[in-house]
This record gives sequence, structure tokens and C-alpha cells, in this order.
Amino acid sequence: METLWFMIIAVMIAAYVVLDGFDLGAGVIYLGAARTPEERQKIMRAIGPVWDGNEVWLLAAGGTLYFAFPLLYASSFSGFYLPLMMVLWLLMLRGIGIELRAHMENPVWRGFFDFVFCVSSVLLCIFFGAALGNVVRGVPLAADEYFFEPLWTNFRVNTGDFGTNNGILDWYTVLSGVIALVTLTAHGALYIVVKTEDDLNRRARTVALWAWPLQLLLTVIGLAATVWIRPGVLDNYKHHAIGFVIPLIVFGSLAVLMRGMLTGKEKMAFVASSLYIVGMLVGAAFALYPVVLPASTDPARNLTIYNTAAGHHGLSIGFTWWILGMVLALGYFFFLFRMFKGKVRLEGEGY
Amino acid sequence: MDSALLVHRLHFAFTVTFHYLFPQLTMGLAPLIVVLKTLGLRRNDETYNRAARFWARIFGINFVLGVVTGIPMEFQFGTNWSHFSRFAGGVIGQTLAMEGVFAFFLESAFLGLFLYGEKRLGPRGHWWSAVAVFLGSWLSGFFIIATDAWMQHPVGYAKAADGSMQLASFWDLVLNPWAWWQYAHNMSGAVITGAFVMASVGAFYLLWGEFVDYGRIFVRVGVVAGLIFSVMQLFPTGDGQGRLVAVHQPVTLAAMEALFASQPGAPIVLIGQPNVDEKKIDNPVVVPNALSFLTYRAWRAEVKGLDAFPSDQWPTNIALLYFSYHIMVGLGTLFIAITVVATFLLWRGKLFSSHWMLWILLLALPFPYIANTAGWMTAELGRQPWLVYGLMRTADGYSKTVSAGNGMFTLLGFMGMYTVLGILFLFLVRREIEHGPEGEAGTGH
Repeated sequence: METLWFMIIAVMIAAYVVLDGFDLGAGVIYLGAARTPEERQKIMRAIGPVWDGNEVWLLAAGGTLYFAFPLLYASSFSGFYLPLMMVLWLLMLRGIGIELRAHMENPVWRGFFDFVFCVSSVLLCIFFGAALGNVVRGVPLAADEYFFEPLWTNFRVNTGDFGTNNGILDWYTVLSGVIALVTLTAHGALYIVVKTEDDLNRRARTVALWAWPLQLLLTVIGLAATVWIRPGVLDNYKHHAIGFVIPLIVFGSLAVLMRGMLTGKEKMAFVASSLYIVGMLVGAAFALYPVVLPASTDPARNLTIYNTAAGHHGLSIGFTWWILGMVLALGYFFFLFRMFKGKVRLEGEGY
Repeated sequence: MDSALLVHRLHFAFTVTFHYLFPQLTMGLAPLIVVLKTLGLRRNDETYNRAARFWARIFGINFVLGVVTGIPMEFQFGTNWSHFSRFAGGVIGQTLAMEGVFAFFLESAFLGLFLYGEKRLGPRGHWWSAVAVFLGSWLSGFFIIATDAWMQHPVGYAKAADGSMQLASFWDLVLNPWAWWQYAHNMSGAVITGAFVMASVGAFYLLWGEFVDYGRIFVRVGVVAGLIFSVMQLFPTGDGQGRLVAVHQPVTLAAMEALFASQPGAPIVLIGQPNVDEKKIDNPVVVPNALSFLTYRAWRAEVKGLDAFPSDQWPTNIALLYFSYHIMVGLGTLFIAITVVATFLLWRGKLFSSHWMLWILLLALPFPYIANTAGWMTAELGRQPWLVYGLMRTADGYSKTVSAGNGMFTLLGFMGMYTVLGILFLFLVRREIEHGPEGEAGTGH
């Protein structure tokens, strides 16, 4: 039961990153790729009807995490207090940027809210990457299963006796943040390629082309750094060789992504990028399992799916309604994306 | 009081009070928008459709603010109240996760369709999308109320070996009688806000002499809905909720009424300031025997006062609780009076020319917000000193690892952020209202 919920939550988080990832990425390239007011309008129209719904996946994943692993939620959310609050503020600023720029006719304010939207998108990508980095690296869990991380300490990855000294930001988590930024930039650019035509389409394509070698390089560096700071991440792979399918998917999807761009198959490139993101996240989840929050202090203090899960009765009841809810939700999203499919144009209704 | 506890309590109180300004309007407007869409479909009159679109734009602005201020609420369960979450997550995780899975997806997916897909959906499809948004927002309300109701009146749980609470009966949790009374009372309160806001904007148009066709529709729908739900707010929902408090939280009832001494034929205090130190009411104006009658349906029934309970069970802020409750009830009575007179004038065909009444409707706009806020303060201050009634004290629930300084830092951050949000919100809504329901340019998208 715990394993099942671990997988469900991993899938929901992956769904959130793939979905909100493209509108975050669209925000990153927004100022650079869209030069004229019409082009900016087009990006807004491409993400306008869906960004809010995409963000709901974060809430749903958070709610499900709370339900299935209450102790993990309690410990990690209070431990990551400061960065989480900043994520909240950035999400607000970004929402303000999107909504307000739509309501402002004055170019001065429009430009200002465009800027707010772009910068908050960039920072959110970095924060989310750094958050994943923190989970992989481990946090200074105390004996009572709680911790509190300052924003930064000495920027080193500390382990063992020094493990209590870790901060949110160190070289490893900053690297994770940069990987997330590059990945989501490419992801968002590919979405804009799918949704637009002409100059904007060409510029978004250029962004994705430039991001590709960087993405490949950072993937290799990221994997190497992870194995270096935490050799234990390979254990699950050693015991279950099936796990090596995941890196194959990661690099395979990068190859397909490039092929899709070179042959002009825009949708294929976007799907490959989604698959790449899913592969990276599933790879991390596979390496951690059954640990959900490693302790940088003492492995005996690791939070696992077993010591953080809710009661069995609640978990099995929850599975019934969760399946029902997800079938419904997938139905809505299928319908929503079908209604707004195709390239965006400026005439007609909408953002 | 431990200062970290105070900071964490203020943190939640501030963010949730600000947050609830938005959902109460979206939940209240949603059924009224369905009414407008239905009238438009039935009478085949484009005016109603434009009216519905206008309110959908107001709804959309409120919805976005509700979402961005709602995410911090979910987060704070973990960030600021981690000991509570560890203790109660095994039970209330059910309702909170169900809100995400059932309500949010429904609401956000169909709101996108409702706002931007009218031409693609056609009139009937668009009506259905309005219904789906209504359902989603009301489902969301239910799951939150069910969560709060469990904290007020815990049911369906069992204590696990590690001391945490775990779900024992799913149906006990979602069929908690407290949840259903509180839900009815709360949703009725939300519709009052929706109805008064609609009537207020309508009155503004009529007094202004612009968009008068719409003004008449808004005033008519607002006043009639306002009357129905203002009455329901008193009876049966308020009465039912009050009697649950009397049975399950008698000490809360005593504090709400500032009844210091147990007595037969207990009075209701209409006006007066509770003097907790001297255990009396200053400058009281009372109705003798009324509290006994309302609680037990007998004029001379004995009602327990605060002296019947040990003082460590007393709500921690009796004066604020007393005033919250009295403001709520006082304003609720005022809403009935306003809507009765307005409905009478509407029936006599004089409402649209009665400028004095239109002015009252216009200026009444803030009061349902105050009443709803005061109602929630009554519920939550009344629950003190418990976080989960009888099971966990508030002082044991906050995040011990998050210092008062860090809590203060983010509280100030939220205060700054919400000041900006509040100003932008007022600016946007004012713009929509001045722009009026005709034409689509108001979206500017």
C-alpha cells in the first residue's frame, strides 16, 4: 500500500512538472522570444486557458502527499519553511503578472508585468530544481524526525557529523536548479513551437536548439555529481537491473527530441521533452525508494514510506476515491486541451 | 503566551481571513451565475447572457485570488502547524486530498472553458460549464468544512500506537453532523455575500443611470436571493449550528454569550462589553430568559455559565469571541431587515425608483464580508484552547522547529504581498464594474 502511494505521488509530481513546466518555461523565454506585443499576446493565449489548471496539480499532489504520508509532509514542509514561503510568493507574483498584463492597456505597466511574469518564472524553475536537489542530497533530520534548514551555510554538501550543517543552497542544489531551468526552458520553448507560427515559432525553436547540448551536458554532469555525493543512489539500480531502463529513456528521449526538431515534427519533440522530464524524476524516485527524505546526519533517521505513512485503513479507502477522482480529472483535461487545441491566433475569444 | 505560538496563530489567522474574502464571493456568485444563464437560455435573451459573462469576469478575478491565497493555506498545515499535521493528517488528509482531486480539477478546468470557450461550446455546453464551476466550488467548500468540522467535533478516528490519529470510519468523517450544519450555514452565508454584491452593483448602475437594464436584473436577483438566504442563515442553519455548539461545546456557548454564571432563565445580551476580570458585562442591554429558550426551548431552563468549567477549558480570547458572535448575529438580523423591505418594494414595483433603498443596497456591500469573517472567528476562537476539540491543544500543534523570528519574517512578507494583491484586486474589479456588462473589451485579453 505504501509503495502504491509512493508511485501515485511520484506520478502526480511528474504530471505537475510536465504540465506547469511548459508554462513556466514559456515564461522564461517570454521576454527574449516574443518581441512584439502581438507575439507576447500569442504566448499568453497559448498558456492562458491552462496555466491555472496546471498549477492545480501542485495542490492536488500536495494534498495527496499530506493524506498518504502526513509525517513526511509535516517534517519536510516545516524544514523547508523559508524556500517554500518564497515559492508561494513567487507563484503569487507570477499569477499577478499574467492576470494584470492582460488588464493593462498602458505599455509601461504592461512591460512591468511582463517582466514580473518572466522573472518569477525563472526563479520558480530554479527553486523547484533546488528543492529536488535537497531531497536527493538529504537534510539534517534530528532524532525527533524534524529539521530546519537555513537558506545557505557554507555551500558544501555536508555529510555524517557535519550533516547538520546543510543549507538549502549548496553547489549541488544550485546545479539542480540550473538543470531544472535549462530543462524547463527547452520544454516551454517546444510548447510555444507547437502552439505558434512564423517568427515566434522560429525563435522558440532556436531557444530549444541551443538548449539541447546544454541539456545533454548538464544531464551527464548532474548524474555524475549525484553518484559522487551519494553513492547509495546506485543501490536500487544494482539490485533491480530493470532500473537501467530509466537512463535509457532519459537519453533516448533527448535523441528523439533532437530528431523531432530537425525533421520538423514539433509535437514529437514536445512529447520527447515531457518524457525526458518524467524519466529524470522517475529515476530520482527509483534511486530513493523506499526512502522519501534521506537524513544527511545518520541514515537511521531517514524518513521512509514506512515510517511516515498514514494508517492502512485510510490508505486503502483513499485509493478507491483517488481512482475515481483521477478518471474524472483526466476526462476534464482531455476535454479542455481538445477544446483549445491547435495553433493560437489573435482573433476570436480568449486571452 | 509563548511568542512562537502567537506568531504562528497570527500567521494562519491573517492569511486565512484574507483568503476567505475571495471564495465566499465565488461560492456565492456561482449559483447566481447559473440562475442568470438559465434565464438567458429559457427566455432566449442575450441581456442575461451578457449579465452572466460580466459576473463570470468578476468571478474569474476572485477565483485567481482565491487560488493564489489558497495555496498558502494548504502549505501552512505543514510549514507552520507540522505537529498538528503529524497528529491529525491520517484523518483530515482524506478530506484535504479529496478537495484537490475532486473539486480543484473540476473547477479550474471548467472555469477555463466557461471564460474562454463560449463560442466553442455553444449555449447549452456553456450552461453546463457554469454548472460544473458551481459544483466544483461548492464541493471544495464541503471538503474544507468537513476538515474544520473534524477539528471542532472529531469523529471516525482511532488513536494509533505512535499517538497519531488515524481514520477509522470514512463515512463517519464525511457524514459528521457538525460538517453538514456548518456547511449549510457557511454556504448560505456565501450566497448572502454573492447576492449583496450583485444587488450593490445593480443599485450602482441604477443610481448612475448607466446599464440600467442590467442594474434591474442584478438588483432583482440579488434581493430575492439575499432574502431567501438571509432567512436561511438564521433558521434552520444558524439555529442548528448553535444547538450543536450548546451540546458539544457548552463552554464555548457560555463564552460567546459572555455568560459568566450558570443560571436558570439565562438572558441574551444584545449590547454590552464583557469584563472578563470582574466576570460581568459592562453597560448591558439584555433580553431575559431568551438564551434558555433558544438553547433548550424552555424559558426557565438552566444554562451553564463559564463558572461551570475549569478555566483551562475556557476559550482563550473571550472578549473577541463575544464580539465576533454578536457582530455576526447583529449583521445577520440587519440583512433580513434590508432584504425584507427591498423585496416588498420590488413586489410593489417601487424598488427601482426608491433611491434611498438603492443607496442602502449599494452601501451594504462590505457587511456580508464582515459577517462571514466574524462567523468564522466565532467558530475558530470558540474552538480554543483546542486545535482538535478535546484531543489536541493549539499550543501543542505548531512547528517547534520554525522560530518566532522566521514566522514573523514570512508573516510580514504575506502582509506586504496581500496589501499589493488587495489594491490590485480593488483596481481590477472597479474597472470591470465601471466598464459595465456590455461588450467584451473588459477582459482585455
